[in-house]
Amino acid sequence: MPLREAGAVTGVGETQYLRGTDRTALSFQLEASLAAIRDAGLKPTDIDGLIPYGHGAVAEDFITNFGIEDLRFSATTPMGGASAVAAIQCALAVIQAGICKHVLLSLGRIGYSGGRIGTRVQQMPQFKVIGEFEMPLGAIAPAQLYAPMVRRHMELYGTTSRQLAEIAVTTRYHASLQTNATMRTPITIEDHQSSRMISDPLRLLDCSLESDGGAAVVISAPDRARDMAKRPVMVMGVAEGHPDSPSAITQRPDLTTLGLAKAAPKAFAMAGVDRADIDVAEVYDCFTYIVMCQLEDLGFCKKGEGGPFVQDGALGLHGRLPVNTHGGLLSQAHMAGMNHIVELVRQLRGEAAAQVSNAEVGLVTGYGDMGDGAIAIMRRA
Amino acid sequence: MAAVYDKLVPSPTPETQPYWDGLNQGRLRLQRCADCGKIRHYPRPVCDACWSMNTDWVDAAGTGTVHSWTIAHYAFHPGLKGDLPYILLTVDLPEGVRMNAQARGVEASALRVGLPVVVRFERVKNDLTLPVFEADFCRVS
Ligand SMILES: [Zn+2]
Repeated sequence: MPLREAGAVTGVGETQYLRGTDRTALSFQLEASLAAIRDAGLKPTDIDGLIPYGHGAVAEDFITNFGIEDLRFSATTPMGGASAVAAIQCALAVIQAGICKHVLLSLGRIGYSGGRIGTRVQQMPQFKVIGEFEMPLGAIAPAQLYAPMVRRHMELYGTTSRQLAEIAVTTRYHASLQTNATMRTPITIEDHQSSRMISDPLRLLDCSLESDGGAAVVISAPDRARDMAKRPVMVMGVAEGHPDSPSAITQRPDLTTLGLAKAAPKAFAMAGVDRADIDVAEVYDCFTYIVMCQLEDLGFCKKGEGGPFVQDGALGLHGRLPVNTHGGLLSQAHMAGMNHIVELVRQLRGEAAAQVSNAEVGLVTGYGDMGDGAIAIMRRA
Repeated sequence: MAAVYDKLVPSPTPETQPYWDGLNQGRLRLQRCADCGKIRHYPRPVCDACWSMNTDWVDAAGTGTVHSWTIAHYAFHPGLKGDLPYILLTVDLPEGVRMNAQARGVEASALRVGLPVVVRFERVKNDLTLPVFEADFCRVS
């Protein structure tokens, strides 16, 4: 049975986002989880399913700290930055199967104060292949592993660094409207163009932040969601997609297509809406280019036309497609996309700091590892 | 060759060891399905065309063309600081697979999709040889 409207987001929570802390990732994850549970009007013991972000808190931590007596389901969705959105599909499936009523998705990290994101990659099992064949050659960090995708897109389609800058500038402007964002000083295209080169063609301001904090969401069965604290946000369509050659970008037949290209048509078909129906999109933004490439893979424009599509403030609050209205990983905080889900829900409730007027239908994407993708389309109930 | 090699090194497995042994012998070897003949890279246990687990190895021509590239300006590992900036090429091999490796003697301004390159071998430490690419002047048009 399709998962259309098999669950609703009933609670969202975030900690203060920081660059510098002496706290543990676990304490951020639990604080954000409690905030999401409170937002839903639930007690921590009402949670009967857990899908924590990988490499963080485990089910035992929640059972112990929250006093959950009868946890019925726990799993992780190991897709890097696509994990949080992929977890929505997993949550809907276990709700529809009747296993759970309230599933908690959560993340806590000390990406700034703990291990750097770049060096952590080497220790992850899904990177064993590039760990052997690419890292010894000097291709180590995501910026270096992804840059050949960007260069290929530029050579094939004429995409420019200034077009990528548009994404950085718009996202930073959205962050400037938030109270909870770590980078709130607006930037210009020239600031982007003069930021130092990290891995050509990616500059510093093409790259996301390293952050400390936590974020969480509660997904509930539709029959429970109706009488909870906040107006529920229904999940209309959801899917995950794995790219060709998922462990090595080098071997991918088309360097400019991500796993999201496989997931997006499924999610739109399940939701029964089209691109023109999307009022707001929270698009995973570990790098500016990844936003542009996903907009193509989502079908907002043809492959290769992402550069012109993002120009001229198109992704701004009043643009043709408002994107990353919270400031994203580029300027709010790197919460591996859990903050993108939180923001979409706030937009569809009408309670966002930078609110898109009359936002009724929106989408959120995740992108992770070497191109894994996930998407959820939601509507205001 | 530096006195102490302080960069990341591979940890070969029984399935990948022949590739690294080949580099040490100055040969670029690729894994081939012993049943259907499909060449695959990077080395792995199963052929995705016929699911055979029987493998052998062939010597690659050692030529290729540039598919994409990046130029590293920031060292994500302390051992690479002295090498900045360095060019990392993604190269199409005539055998139908790709590989990446650093470029040698190629100006950034000369980089383009389709640039012909040829593989060379650099012994970086005892029992570790890495592939690099030079412009293939025999084929540059
Ligand atoms: Zn075969």
